[in-house]
Amino acid sequence: MSREPFSKLTSRTFVLSQENIDTDQIIPARFLTSTLRDGYGKAAFYDWRYDANGRPKNSSIFNGYNRETHKILVAGPNFGCGSSREHAPWALLDFGFRVVISSDIADIFKSNALKNGLLPVTVDDATHRRLLASPGIEVTVDLENESVTIEGLGEAHFKVEPFARRCLIDGVDPLGHLLNQVAAIEAYERADR
Amino acid sequence: MKSQSLFDKVWARHVVVEETAEAPAVLYIDLHLIHEVTSPQAFTVLNERGLKVRRPDRTLGTLDHSTPTLKADAKGKLPYASREAEEQVAALIRNCDEHGVELLGLGDPRRGIVHVIGPELGATQPGKTIVCGDSHTSTHGAFGALAFGIGTTEVGHVLATQCLLQRKPKSMRVTFFGTLPAGVGAKDMALAMIGEIGADGGQGYAIEFAGPAVEALSMEGRMTLCNMSIEAGARVGMIAPDEKTFDWLKGRDFAPKGDAWDQAVEEWNGLATEEGAHFDREVEIDVSALAPMITYGVSPDVSAAVNAFAPSPASGVERHAADYMQFETGKAFSEAKVDRVFIGSCTNSRLEDLRAAAAIMRGRKVKRGVVALVVPGSEAVKRAAEAEGLDRVFIDAGAEWREPGCSMCIAMNGDAGAPGDLVVSTSNRNFVGRQGKDVRTVLASPATAAACAIEGTIADPRRYLEGAGDVA
Repeated sequence: MSREPFSKLTSRTFVLSQENIDTDQIIPARFLTSTLRDGYGKAAFYDWRYDANGRPKNSSIFNGYNRETHKILVAGPNFGCGSSREHAPWALLDFGFRVVISSDIADIFKSNALKNGLLPVTVDDATHRRLLASPGIEVTVDLENESVTIEGLGEAHFKVEPFARRCLIDGVDPLGHLLNQVAAIEAYERADR
Repeated sequence: MKSQSLFDKVWARHVVVEETAEAPAVLYIDLHLIHEVTSPQAFTVLNERGLKVRRPDRTLGTLDHSTPTLKADAKGKLPYASREAEEQVAALIRNCDEHGVELLGLGDPRRGIVHVIGPELGATQPGKTIVCGDSHTSTHGAFGALAFGIGTTEVGHVLATQCLLQRKPKSMRVTFFGTLPAGVGAKDMALAMIGEIGADGGQGYAIEFAGPAVEALSMEGRMTLCNMSIEAGARVGMIAPDEKTFDWLKGRDFAPKGDAWDQAVEEWNGLATEEGAHFDREVEIDVSALAPMITYGVSPDVSAAVNAFAPSPASGVERHAADYMQFETGKAFSEAKVDRVFIGSCTNSRLEDLRAAAAIMRGRKVKRGVVALVVPGSEAVKRAAEAEGLDRVFIDAGAEWREPGCSMCIAMNGDAGAPGDLVVSTSNRNFVGRQGKDVRTVLASPATAAACAIEGTIADPRRYLEGAGDVA
């Protein structure tokens, strides 16, 4: 999965209102034996979509999902908690999501998502409740202005760590940025030991 | 100068470039631990960009997540869960070889779960920054190290530059008062702490655990407590180093020797949090009346005393958990039938944990119909346990004694429960399906897990205490 730039997106929302959706839900551990970076979309929310025999569940909430129109995931609080697996944002992106909105997103997941072009957006509780209550509503997420505009319901603001934001909008490469610090790193190593 | 916390000091000593409004700090990493699951894509990036591992001498690899815990067959072939799992192991062997990274591979007497071997080898030391592509890296904080889990992209950053881009998190101190009652341990403290803070209460924080009940813990107990920081949402959990820390580390392979040791201890003695240091949040927990804890939901913050009754679900999330876990409202947890018991994982697979379980299983039998798996955390733990006959205790009781690895904690190596099973587990996560599809997980201490194996139901380990009457 290559890092994809992000600046602005308008799409319908797909709502998973449950609290504490952990990365084992997003991609179960048995799909982590691959050494590749792509192809994880088919394992996204696998146990929510398929039964023990691998047959699609009739009752799955994902039966109402369309990757062309639902690029914004609205999730319950503490989304992405648990395991640090970067396979979680890889799976969500490959599945079709570009944005995750919640009132509260787990630290490691947030960091991983930002590095792959999946935008984690934390909104206030009132906006979050409104979004949870309106599945499929059209939302515009503008990273430049750090705003979420909800069709007919107004606007809310969010914050993204400034460096990660610049990386997403301008395509700055964080590893390149670190590699540019090599003189400082060498100086630190000399002084350290 | 302003009073500093343990975390402040370790952080400040590793800042290569200060953070600004525009960019995070460049933070130097002293020790990078890698394993087969979260490293292959990072090595791919390195190879694509023609980069080398900057400090192979500060990088240490092990195999633990995908490795079988059953022995090899007569032809020497290990029973991998899939060909892909085997290839993943082969990829780490190849990557470490190509980049000159030391790998504690299959057959190495030092191999084991990444968070067990780091401390065991003395590679984990006070004041160090330690990262790994694994959320339970917080374990190493038990030694006064600043240790946290990272994603695979960041594994690549550390491989290439030995540094990470990080903003300094907020700080929280959790102080444990009182004296633990008999039969109650670090795992119970951890579950109580997560219940108090909530599964997301530690988000954005580095936690320091302090207070008399933490000082009284063994190093193993401290590791169990720090291990579970991430289940409260905090990437970092740490404890000030003291004499116990130094005694535990002295003489280990990677620990400093001779004059260097004395110098290190002097430096480590200066790491503790100073009087008046600022914390963004303070939490206090009294352990005097703490009971052995179990979880009964699908998030580690949903816990109760082992001898309690299943409460009536009060919210949507609790109803969802109750539907999945199938504990009947108003009924004692002790009425719930257990199908499987797992004693192991980076939370509870060290010698002290195995001793606690063996003390209860000695001379008793695992209840008919219950499958009990005991998986030591490392080759060294396995040898030490066997040297004192713990393997015989488990085997005689009817439990399985396996090879070291993560096993049923993450259930990606083929060790898993069957759909519908109620599993009492000494691991760290009770998420839906974590230990196998539709498996219901109850988290508990090694003592509680052992008692459950014997009784075949959720059971209170305190009734097995020496000289105990019928506590329950």
